[in-house]
Amino acid sequence: MSYAFAAQLNSLLAALILLTAFAMLVQRRMYALLHLFAWQGLFLSISTAVVGFAAQSHHLYISSVLTLAIKVILLPYILHVLIRKLKIHREVETIVNVPTTMLIGIALVIFSYHLTAPIRELSTLMTKSTLAVALATVMLGLLMMITRRHAVTQIIGFLAMENGLFFAATSATYGMPLVVELGVALDILIAAFIFGIFFFHINTTFDSLDVDQMARLKEED
Amino acid sequence: MIITPATILSLSFAVLLLVVLLALFLRSHQRLLITAGYSLMAVAALLTAGAGVWAVSRGTIAQVILPLGLPDLPVHLRLDHLSGFFLAVIGLLAFFVSVYSVGYVKGFLGHRQVTSLVIFSSLFLAGMFLVVLSDDAFIFLVSWEIMAASSYFLVLFEDERIENRRAALLYLVVAHVGAIAILLSFGVMAGLATDYHGFEGYTFDAMRETDLPAGWATAAFLLAFFGFSAKAGVVPLHVWLPEAHPVAPSNVSALMSGVMLKTAIYGIIRVVFDLIGDFPVWWGALVLIFGLISAVVGMLSAVMQQDLKKLLAYSSVKNIGIILIGIGLSMIFSSSEMVLLAALALIAALYHTLNHAMYKGLLFMGAGAVLHATHERNMENMGGLIRDLPWTAALFLVGCVSISALPPFNGFVSEWLTYQAFLLSPALESPILNLLIPLGAALLALSGALAAAGFVKAFGITFLGHRRGTHHHRVHEVGWAMRAGMLLAAITCLGLGVFPTYLIHWMDPITEQLVGGKIASSAAGFGWMWLTPIAAERASYSAPVAFVGILAVVVVTYLILHTRPGTIHRVPLWDCGFEKITSRMQYTATSFSMPLRRILGFLFSVKEEVKPFPPGAHPAFPERLQYRLRVRDRFWGWLYKPVIDVSFWISRKVGKLQQGRIQVYLIYSFVTIIVLLLFL
Amino acid sequence: MKVHPLLIELIQVFVLLFAAPLFAGWVKMVKCWSQGRTSPSLLQPYRDLCKLFSKDVALAENASWIFRSTPYLVFGVTVLAGGIIPIISVDLPLSATADVIALVALFAIARFFTALAGMDIGTSFGGMGSSREMTIASLAEPAMLMAIFAVSLASKSTSLSQMAIVVSQGYSILRPSLAFALLAFILIALTETGRVPVDNPATHLELTMIHEAMILEYSGRHLALIEWAKMMKLFLFITLGIAVFFPWGIDAAGGAAGLASSFLIMSLKLGISGVGLVLIETGLAKMRIFRVTEFLGSAFLFATLGMLSFFILE
Repeated sequence: MSYAFAAQLNSLLAALILLTAFAMLVQRRMYALLHLFAWQGLFLSISTAVVGFAAQSHHLYISSVLTLAIKVILLPYILHVLIRKLKIHREVETIVNVPTTMLIGIALVIFSYHLTAPIRELSTLMTKSTLAVALATVMLGLLMMITRRHAVTQIIGFLAMENGLFFAATSATYGMPLVVELGVALDILIAAFIFGIFFFHINTTFDSLDVDQMARLKEED
Repeated sequence: MIITPATILSLSFAVLLLVVLLALFLRSHQRLLITAGYSLMAVAALLTAGAGVWAVSRGTIAQVILPLGLPDLPVHLRLDHLSGFFLAVIGLLAFFVSVYSVGYVKGFLGHRQVTSLVIFSSLFLAGMFLVVLSDDAFIFLVSWEIMAASSYFLVLFEDERIENRRAALLYLVVAHVGAIAILLSFGVMAGLATDYHGFEGYTFDAMRETDLPAGWATAAFLLAFFGFSAKAGVVPLHVWLPEAHPVAPSNVSALMSGVMLKTAIYGIIRVVFDLIGDFPVWWGALVLIFGLISAVVGMLSAVMQQDLKKLLAYSSVKNIGIILIGIGLSMIFSSSEMVLLAALALIAALYHTLNHAMYKGLLFMGAGAVLHATHERNMENMGGLIRDLPWTAALFLVGCVSISALPPFNGFVSEWLTYQAFLLSPALESPILNLLIPLGAALLALSGALAAAGFVKAFGITFLGHRRGTHHHRVHEVGWAMRAGMLLAAITCLGLGVFPTYLIHWMDPITEQLVGGKIASSAAGFGWMWLTPIAAERASYSAPVAFVGILAVVVVTYLILHTRPGTIHRVPLWDCGFEKITSRMQYTATSFSMPLRRILGFLFSVKEEVKPFPPGAHPAFPERLQYRLRVRDRFWGWLYKPVIDVSFWISRKVGKLQQGRIQVYLIYSFVTIIVLLLFL
Repeated sequence: MKVHPLLIELIQVFVLLFAAPLFAGWVKMVKCWSQGRTSPSLLQPYRDLCKLFSKDVALAENASWIFRSTPYLVFGVTVLAGGIIPIISVDLPLSATADVIALVALFAIARFFTALAGMDIGTSFGGMGSSREMTIASLAEPAMLMAIFAVSLASKSTSLSQMAIVVSQGYSILRPSLAFALLAFILIALTETGRVPVDNPATHLELTMIHEAMILEYSGRHLALIEWAKMMKLFLFITLGIAVFFPWGIDAAGGAAGLASSFLIMSLKLGISGVGLVLIETGLAKMRIFRVTEFLGSAFLFATLGMLSFFILE
């Protein structure tokens, strides 16, 4: 595998990550959303391995395996169990309609491209062009948290944001030190458990995971 | 005497003046007046068109200074390539419309006097010709006013209807707000030309030679763009257009929509490329954005209409949008020093100007013919007219196909050129423009496809299906003069569509004059049949081959299939076996656009109401249902209503000064004098 | 041996005319297999066409010349489009007649007149079909243009032959912009040819049909021409996709052997695409009409991402 081919492959994977980010933004069904999240993790993991190969930095292989284990297998499994236990696999309500969300998403991609243009000029790394995609993935994750009203979708949005950050780290500097990455991975895992516990509590309190219900928590005047 | 474009033009103006005088003398012979007046106008228009065509192709610039007007402010006229082109466009359509009017205006005989119509039509034509010939701010504004005022009276022709008076007033107000902006823009340029000393700056020559400081140039551009946009009906300044154009007599609507709007396009091109000449990229982007908004919003509004002439008027907004897109792209390319691409985009804009004049004129004439025959403007009361008005239907169809940008007719050529200009935008340096301009191309595609939907609706509801509505009187095909006017325009539409390379070759000097590039040699690089705007391997289109190809396959198939004679049986409608089909079961204009209203209606304020009828009936068992739909521009509430409210508020406050007592008024004068004496 | 370009053109038009029904039969056959039904013969479309051509025309009393001339026009436009798309060779004399944009406009002529014909006879179904067809076309057009934009960025051209040559030279299948454009193109092609998630070619259920609703009143040779044109349109959209995204094997030299091999490769590709089409059609359910907005919205999104990823990633 040559360097040029690795670069080509990496940009294809970046495109796929962007695609899954968009697909998650517009997907209505909970299980499909979860599968998309798993796919994104898979592309991320492969991309990390490819970058690790091209940049000869072997700790990226460990990151790649870690991503595979946590984001492709473990987290989707936990959420899957959660969805089944709470019986919330119905269609997901979106707040903003789908075409509008898509247009906002496109605008965000253009914005991140514009924002990362100076870095792209300076960087000499093979992955410099994927930085815009990484930033866009972060923003799309946040957009997803804004446009959805279901707590589980918001978690997936949050995790997608983390994917974006991870991707940004790989593409901007060929990855963070291994210690940091291990710590982040652990944090994510713990966060997922805490979310799971919270969901049970929210669900028993409100009989629903619709976050709009939380509007009832505000002070009445 | 040597015949030049200038002498032909003088002759044409003399003929128009003659028409005005003739109208005053022939007041009592209305029939003769119509025939003589409009024939003479046709002659004048043809002369002007000829002079325009000649001026463009001969490639010289003629300037005259006439010692008319105020002392020391002589009138400057100039005939260059750009004004020649616009003279040709205006003259050509005016010729077709004048031929058509010979028949159309006779429809008013017996109802009302047409003397004013003839006089103001003539003045209107003269005003438009003068606008594009003016070479100083003074005569430009005077002729601009002649054009605006005469068209105001033309809109007001059937003044007994309150909607006509309202529309005319709205038109007058918007036109004058625009005119003030144009005046201010010229003021800025003229003032800076002489540093606010002396009057010589009012000539266009002086403005051309002045290098404006960036800030002032921007001010002049924004004012001019605002003023001309108000005249051209650019969204959001378009509200007058769908009110005023439909209520005017159809021959006037054809001229207003077809060519009067184009004088504003002329103004923008003249000010930007010629008078200012040097501009930053964002001006082009601004024009492009407004063009895109107009293209989409205009066509979407058109699709929603029930009134045939309103639909046409809104689609003019869309076409003005497309022209502005071309101009905007040309400005972007031009300020990035890409002369070839700038020339391509400008050619696309100018070509579309010409095309739109032809097919919009044709369509308004067709709508006029329908109106003439049925006395109906509302499509919901039409249907099946293709059987009673075969000529009108066929010619109107040509207009519909042209405006929907279908090959091999003319609308497609200019839209295709605009797409090519879009596709070449990645050559620009700026990455952000690279990303945003393609999205503009998608919007253009949306508006193009909406145009097809709108004109399937316009033609299908009006001419096809069963007759809707309640009137039963026999409808007759219109007379020969009207048919001839439409036929000429239809032939021109086809001609402009099939032979684009000749046209581009003819228009070459214009782009050379304005942006310094020409594309004819590359556009016709492979012979007249192949249109290859930049290079053959980049993109090519051959209208003649497409035309002949489709025709050949159709004819061959027809002949092969008609070897067996007499195999067509006329039978009642099948309709999936449903019985008792009535005309009320057809799709109506409202129902045709229902899916689009639901998908894209959020851009409008749509109010739908379904009530059982009679009012007291049980909701589950009504005798019939009453359906009411109101679609309104959101711009009206956002932009105009506040302005209207504020101006009423101010005038109420100012109204308090009116005391009705003479002493109070004397005090006002007295105070004014004292204040003036104090400060001066 | 060099074959004259005009002869290639002629061969290609005949291939189009006679292979299109075969392809339609193939799709129907695979579809039947995939659903566990016994399939009609591969040649059934030919028999249907023959039957329709030999029948008399039952023409509605109030049909005007628009209704009668539309089938010929639709047929003519489709055949002309078939002379432009490189199916077996890129060296076509007619290929310069229209680039992709003009090609889309050629199909738009057929759509425009079919919609008019639907309204001509004045039935509610006809009007319904026309209204829906034009609405969906309005939404498909921006996506189509974006897809063209994305591809033309890579190939620096909108001329089909040129695109095929450029794409077949590089190993550009890995280019994200082309991959996205292909996705968008598939969605648009399904829409334009009236296939399952958008329209159902097999249905006569009144409220779900779009294209069928417009042509309900046609019979005899008129119907035959329209059906044939519809088969050709499906064939052409698939060959268009092949020419732009998978052009390997399309002959460029103009020799007889090259033509033969390109014919064989094209048959293979078409066979595979037929299976792919069936997989999509059986995997998806027909959508409500107002869900088509989202479907085409996704097509637009893919095409736009293709365009963006060209600038961002390539």
